[in-house]
Amino acid sequence: MSTLSQTAAGPGTAPASSFLSVRDLYVHFATEDGTVKAVDGLSFDLERGSTLGIVGESGSGKSVTNLAVLGLHNPLNTAIQGEILLDGQELTGASERQLNRLRGKKMAMIFQDSLAALSPFYTVGRQIAEPFMKHTGATRREARARAVEMLRRVGIPQPDLRVDDYPHQFSGGMRQRAMIAMALVCDPDLVIADEPTTALDVTVQAQILDLLKDLQQETGAAIIIITHDLGVIAKTADHVMVMYAGRCVERGTVKEVMQRPQHPYTWGLLSSVPRLDSSVDTPLVPIPGAPPSLLSPPPGCPFHPRCGFTDQVAGGICATARPELPEGERRGSACHLTATQKEAVFIEQIHPRLR
Amino acid sequence: MSENATSLVKQRGPASGSGSGSGPLLEVTGLAKYFPINMGFLFKRHVGDVRAVDGIDFSVGRGETLGLVGESGCGKSTTGRLVTRLLEPTAGKIVYAGQDITHASRRALAPIRSEIQMIFQDPYASLNPRQTVGDIIANPMVVNGIKPPGGVEHRVRELLETVGLNPEHYNRFPHEFSGGQRQRIGVARALGMEPKLIVADEPVSALDVSIQAQVVNLLQDLQRELNIAFLFIAHDLAIVRHFSQRIAVMYLGRIVEVGDRDSIYRRPRHPYTHALLSAVPEAVVDEEGEGRERIRLAGDVPSPVNPPSGCRFRTRCWKAQDKCAAETPPLVRIEGNREGHLTACHFPEEPTVAARDEDVVLDPALAAIEEATDTH
Repeated sequence: MSTLSQTAAGPGTAPASSFLSVRDLYVHFATEDGTVKAVDGLSFDLERGSTLGIVGESGSGKSVTNLAVLGLHNPLNTAIQGEILLDGQELTGASERQLNRLRGKKMAMIFQDSLAALSPFYTVGRQIAEPFMKHTGATRREARARAVEMLRRVGIPQPDLRVDDYPHQFSGGMRQRAMIAMALVCDPDLVIADEPTTALDVTVQAQILDLLKDLQQETGAAIIIITHDLGVIAKTADHVMVMYAGRCVERGTVKEVMQRPQHPYTWGLLSSVPRLDSSVDTPLVPIPGAPPSLLSPPPGCPFHPRCGFTDQVAGGICATARPELPEGERRGSACHLTATQKEAVFIEQIHPRLR
Repeated sequence: MSENATSLVKQRGPASGSGSGSGPLLEVTGLAKYFPINMGFLFKRHVGDVRAVDGIDFSVGRGETLGLVGESGCGKSTTGRLVTRLLEPTAGKIVYAGQDITHASRRALAPIRSEIQMIFQDPYASLNPRQTVGDIIANPMVVNGIKPPGGVEHRVRELLETVGLNPEHYNRFPHEFSGGQRQRIGVARALGMEPKLIVADEPVSALDVSIQAQVVNLLQDLQRELNIAFLFIAHDLAIVRHFSQRIAVMYLGRIVEVGDRDSIYRRPRHPYTHALLSAVPEAVVDEEGEGRERIRLAGDVPSPVNPPSGCRFRTRCWKAQDKCAAETPPLVRIEGNREGHLTACHFPEEPTVAARDEDVVLDPALAAIEEATDTH
């Protein structure tokens, strides 16, 4: 592990100067049944121009984390603790006014379901122009010209005509492009894409992912991509964070996490998806059981009831002590297995499955 | 799981029902389904059709899996519903086990209904929330007059065990189960009919990745043990490849290419199959650059109300010529194809990667941005 963590600096835990820095974030929801610990002590960093991929199953806290960054949780039933620093500015306690000034300008979001995220009552052009007028003080005419330009940039044919269309007149892929145009209209420094391509077909998904990547190269924005699809992560992200039950269980560069994964959950994820060139005679290896309830997460390591390697850990501490991510390191996993054990298990048992 | 399936096979009675001979279990020729578009108040004028499925031929052998892939709106699900006769075909012929069921009456269909079962995509919508799991699985048996030895309840408990659920959950309601478990209930319901053909319409796409594999493995075990044929409809190409011996690729209501697994995934000939395969993001980080060729189509699938003339893919195809607009390419075995590998294309691609061009980028925005960044 130590050899792996010596590679060049990336979003680690140490530097305080990173563009987006999240420290010990807790997001708890009060519900009738008790407190849902949706995010339970999460820290990560992101630099300008790089892409962080967050993977995990539904309910692992991926989206909740990012809604917290944007300040979109209802304060009445949400308790948020911890630090979210965007370019040195604290966001957790920020007032609605401060957030309003940042949202759309400095940080923007691309949602999964473009039909639900766009208003059916306004034209696409108006929805793209609105944040631009608000943040730059541009006139209606300037904003409209900007909207046409944005639509052209994201590849909508005949943008000067389509700018007056309503969202229902666009196809799914075009709506997703319009959402990207809307998010990028003020050249934000941070773009959060929450499952941006899950609702799309593969051919359109490939277009959209390439487009995001190309636009990032052009604008130098930092991107957070949230997805459950490891393939999307492998194609787009520089760094990966694997989340389980509200916590990060493994982090590192894409290469490290995909080629030398250390956490049993990541192993499980990688060996449960077939590939286009994998052997078809060997059955897939699913992760047994189901994700835990966040109302009463299991004690100790939240993954231990589904983990096949707990017997290798002395004293059964998986069920009692919660493993922590190595402090201050960019690469690491929250698991009680020793580095040599992880290495051995991966090479002997997991790696052959992935071929 | 496989042990359970083996135990099930012992208790299964001798193969029942219709059908004889050694031909394919299901044979479909020229199948079409048009949904009419009506306009106007009081007097509905027929102004056009959504040509969801427009003349397709395929067959499914006994115990075989045919995978049906394509983008949304290409008619995969409609095909599944036509085969199960949930929809009335507009044209064409469906022959099941030697019997023409294209327009068979309710009465004539009754014995066949239990043999062709369906597994649905959304495990939340396909189970009645007011019925217990026991009732959900037992009702189809009661309706179809299936009297298993040992009684219906005994059989239901057995089925629950077969699909990896606790038989003691017999009296629970669907909301008490997770998505993966609900999908297993749907599988148990289908198995209760002792089906010969299961139409699985996106059976795993609503599930989390770690759960998908559980359900895929379950279906595969059952197929092996019980020799059930599957029409496996999905948009996930990797899952389809894993599950199906033969694969048909659909585009805008037509089959553009069909063949065995190796032919489709290793030696595809239709440009659309190429584009589809090259668009799949894979959970592999390339060591040196891109491992696979990259094809980026422009735009979306055209509307099935007014599909392009000739070859329907021509509007997005980089090889299209005048001939493509004039003539519809037939689905035939073209030169260089192996036995059973049919392609509908006038200008097919070279079968090997080395003989093809590297990248095809048709998307105007991508091409523009990439050109701009290249010149910097």
